[in-house]
Amino acid sequence: MDWLTTVDHKKIGILYLIAGGLFFGVGGLEALLIRIQLIKPMNDFVGADTFNELITMHGTTMIFLGAMPLLFALMNAVIPLQIGARDVAFPFLNALGFWTFFFGGVLLNISWFAGNVPDAGWTSYVPLASPTYSSGHGVDYYVIGLQIAGIGTLLGGVNFMATIINMRAPGMSFMRMPMFTWAIFITSALIVFAFPVLTVGLVALMFDRLFQANFFETGSGGSAVLWEHVFWVFGHPEVYILILPAFGVISEVVSTFARKRLFGYSSMVFATVLIAFLGFMVWAHHMFTTGLGPVANALFSIATMLIAVPTGVKIFNWLFTLWGGSIRFTTASMFAIGFIPTFVMGGVTGVMLAAAPADYQYHDTYFVVAHFHYVIVGGLIFGIFAGLFYWWPKMFGRMLHEGLGKITFWTFFAGFHLTFFVQHFLGLMGMPRRVWTYLPGQDFDTMNLISTIGAFLMGVAVIVFLINIFVTAAKPRHAEADPWEDGRSLEWSIPSPPPEYNFKQLPLVRSYDAWWRVKREGQAEMPVAEPPGPIHMPSPSIMPLVMSIGLFIGGFGFMYDKLYLAIGGIGITLVCMFLRSVFDDHGFHIEVEEQERGVRS
Amino acid sequence: MKTMRRLVPLLAGMVLLLSACGGKSDLSALKPQGPVAQEQFNLMKTSISIMALVVVVVFAICIYVLIRFRRRKGDTTIPKQVEGNHKLEIVWTVIPLLLLLILGVQTINTVFGLSKDYSQDKDAIQVKVTAHQYWWEFEYPQYGITTAQELIVPTGKKISFEIASADVIHSFWIPSIGGKIDANSGVSNRMYLEFPKEGVFKGKCAELCGPSHSLMDFKAKAVDQASFDRWVAAIKQPAKYSDDDAIKTAFENKCLTCHAVGETNTGSSAPNLTGVGSRLTIGGILYNDERPVEENIKEWVTDPQKVKPGATMPSAEDLGLTSEEIDGIAKYLANYKLDY
Amino acid sequence: MSAHQHAEGLLSHEPEKATAEGRNKILGFWLFLGAETVLFGTLFSAFVALRHNVGDGPTASELFELPTVFAATMILLFSSLMSVFAVQAMHRHQVKAMIGWLVATVVLGLGFLGLEIYEFNTYVSEGHKMNTSAFSSSFYTLVGFHGAHVAFGVLWITLLILQILKKGLTVVTAPKIYVSAIYWHFIDVVWVFIFTVVYLMGKVAG
Repeated sequence: MDWLTTVDHKKIGILYLIAGGLFFGVGGLEALLIRIQLIKPMNDFVGADTFNELITMHGTTMIFLGAMPLLFALMNAVIPLQIGARDVAFPFLNALGFWTFFFGGVLLNISWFAGNVPDAGWTSYVPLASPTYSSGHGVDYYVIGLQIAGIGTLLGGVNFMATIINMRAPGMSFMRMPMFTWAIFITSALIVFAFPVLTVGLVALMFDRLFQANFFETGSGGSAVLWEHVFWVFGHPEVYILILPAFGVISEVVSTFARKRLFGYSSMVFATVLIAFLGFMVWAHHMFTTGLGPVANALFSIATMLIAVPTGVKIFNWLFTLWGGSIRFTTASMFAIGFIPTFVMGGVTGVMLAAAPADYQYHDTYFVVAHFHYVIVGGLIFGIFAGLFYWWPKMFGRMLHEGLGKITFWTFFAGFHLTFFVQHFLGLMGMPRRVWTYLPGQDFDTMNLISTIGAFLMGVAVIVFLINIFVTAAKPRHAEADPWEDGRSLEWSIPSPPPEYNFKQLPLVRSYDAWWRVKREGQAEMPVAEPPGPIHMPSPSIMPLVMSIGLFIGGFGFMYDKLYLAIGGIGITLVCMFLRSVFDDHGFHIEVEEQERGVRS
Repeated sequence: MKTMRRLVPLLAGMVLLLSACGGKSDLSALKPQGPVAQEQFNLMKTSISIMALVVVVVFAICIYVLIRFRRRKGDTTIPKQVEGNHKLEIVWTVIPLLLLLILGVQTINTVFGLSKDYSQDKDAIQVKVTAHQYWWEFEYPQYGITTAQELIVPTGKKISFEIASADVIHSFWIPSIGGKIDANSGVSNRMYLEFPKEGVFKGKCAELCGPSHSLMDFKAKAVDQASFDRWVAAIKQPAKYSDDDAIKTAFENKCLTCHAVGETNTGSSAPNLTGVGSRLTIGGILYNDERPVEENIKEWVTDPQKVKPGATMPSAEDLGLTSEEIDGIAKYLANYKLDY
Repeated sequence: MSAHQHAEGLLSHEPEKATAEGRNKILGFWLFLGAETVLFGTLFSAFVALRHNVGDGPTASELFELPTVFAATMILLFSSLMSVFAVQAMHRHQVKAMIGWLVATVVLGLGFLGLEIYEFNTYVSEGHKMNTSAFSSSFYTLVGFHGAHVAFGVLWITLLILQILKKGLTVVTAPKIYVSAIYWHFIDVVWVFIFTVVYLMGKVAG
């Protein structure tokens, strides 16, 4: 099937959307089960073991298998179009990245059926996750599943960095790139430098579990705190990997629907770079109560607080893009505008958390849960919804229904605040996180009830969104190239959806907001940078799928101590790499006549 | 407009609801009962005041912008395209930096203040805390005594803690008295707390440690100095055993393999049971003011896993305890009280 | 995005950079090496944190035989030099010479691997195994990962030699040679750090 062998970024984007959406749904169900368990004190809707499995899988699935793939969906759908390119630098690796993520996610979720689910939290601290205290295969699913999925993410990071560096259309200097492209560029750099740290951590944990190594075995000289360091050196940049693309979406959507160029573009770029850079220097704010000492705690407090400054710069830049603009409320712009106050709320609790001595009270309580859900859901997910509603016509040639979209927005917005606002107080009042249940008489009952109701409201919003997708899919593909009429960047200068090759002739860019400028000058099309001619395309291949299946099989071999599976699986992958290297893919050409007919992807 | 019509009642409702809150004074970080928690609460107040200012400014601009600059029906004009404003950008860089400076100074002062080490202070009470799955062990090296689940401390003294774990990472937290610190495996942490008021304060485990992480409650009981001295003396008394020889034997053979009573061994793999009859709970979560101690002990001993999933104590069946033995041991332990 | 040569039979001075795909591959590979740097950096950090926790096993200074390790270092450094000559030959379009230098690269690489396998075997018999202590676990993981990278490189370059013999030097095969050479130099630089941080420092202060 076309979809199993495609190396086309537009199709891969849709694959990421579907897979990411499915896993997001799984994570959402896990969340609802958690909230049902916590609806009243001493509830026994699920057992204590199951609860720890639920919170572990909820976090791991949402971050690695839900949020990141949805971001990759937007990245794939949009970036080549925004920079005036025909595809990414490495289309084959792009497909490989998708399939490894997919099979890593499948492997992780097979744990539910195997009855061995990871239950040490998405942070998998040792010694709890060590072979002594997690003797079943649960944590193995975590280690192997994430390792395989992580390969895909790393490849994606390299791919998008190379694409943005090498394949911009003629005339598009770095400072003429759309803000979303900048955001993805910096995010890709974060991926390239943060994921290998997780790789090493997972390898060390895997060696401890499978080969009796002693990285984290305190009885043999290992260090449990070492895991925390390694995990958070990855973990903190990871949350910036999650949010920077959302920042990029907000910049695009706010600018388009206010009919105004982005306020303070250069400082936006600089602020984003600074956030990414500082993001590597603050990891120990997750470890304030570990006993690092006052000097370390003080330094990391200050460094963490500093990130608020460039973040604030961005917030004000968005507000002042809206200021003096002509604001149109569509579902996309409502999610983007709703993002601003919500993310600020999440950001300020972040600054509160940054003060280490105060964090001695907040840490590992529902205050932290509230904070990160405010920034991840209120920030990232709002951003993803905005991006999806904004770019849906470009991806699918249809516009999502606005009426249903607005119901989604209001329900999700109300449900979100109901769920998470009260959690700040729960934490301050003494409710730790990751608790299966709580005793009555601690004043926790009402707020937990409210929180659960909010969660169900969010569930309703997601269902309405799904209905919207189905209703929209039944409509004919009528979307215009520039369906919002105020598109500013290159993706709006080509049909919706674009032809397989994106641009018949690569455009010539002469400014920032290139398409907007050209429209203001009265043109109906971008000026071109090359004559028409046959377009060279990469060939589809089944190998990314096969390679990923190889890793999947190999993973099981490692986990269940079956050497033939381990070697066989990895062997399949290596053989594919060999074949890929030896048999050259010269691609194929789309001739000018076919381009005239409009080849659809 | 629409936003206001929907948001305002929602927010008002929430504010109303929460204005009555603040939590319980034996549990809430918002109701500090000691100087450490108070200092941390002060820092919280500073940070939230500064952040509230930021939120108000952002919300005000946001609301103004959405009302003033919304597109009127049929309006097709293109607004003025503004690249930026240098002055504004400087303002919103410098002001946040100044606000952070204010917060940063108090933060650094508090970090160093709270990190004072009282382990060599002769006026301080030294307590060695060992966290287990799923109970807390408290050793007082100055007095040579060990107890579990209830931390008895005198008011008005610095309590200097040395905290570690016997298994996985836990976290030692008495919210109304002060912030938490992790109980790590293989390396200990130091922290101090102060209890100016008499009373019972709830303690929680604050690091995921297994299925019964949420049930790993403990109590901190602050008493006056005289009462504390009496408690120390009472714990150091020779062990009391059951009058019934059969029960005594069963207790020695089946319980004392892990537990301890009297001044016998510290560092045992199970909670020290000296004076367990006067504790506020059995197993941390079965309250002795809701049900008689004897019944709580019976429930616990019969099936610990039912009370705390994952508990490492074998069930009565596994230990070979008959129901008479359970009744007898429960009666004996319920009556094993300390006078202080 | 054409994979064909500029002019029939004529290669540019830097054939690896003659096509967009070639340039992309080189850039992509440098980025990948950035990731690998972080990977090894983390392995080094874990090693440095755990190096003194030897448990019941031998310490670094008891274990390491510097002469052997020094020989391995020289072999790997020379192997890298052979790789430099190979790329220079490629730029001069001297395919036979290039293959000769690549063969030398591989042979020396195999020599390094042989010494390392012998070294690990010796350690195991002296009671220094993966599960002996935190030091041993982090040692074998760091040095072993490096060794695995060398093994992969040896395999890769061998396959490339066979490819060149079959297809000749083209704008498609040139980037592969270039990229494998960068990889080989990277592995060499990592080894220099391992030699210094693990072996030298271990011998002196282990």
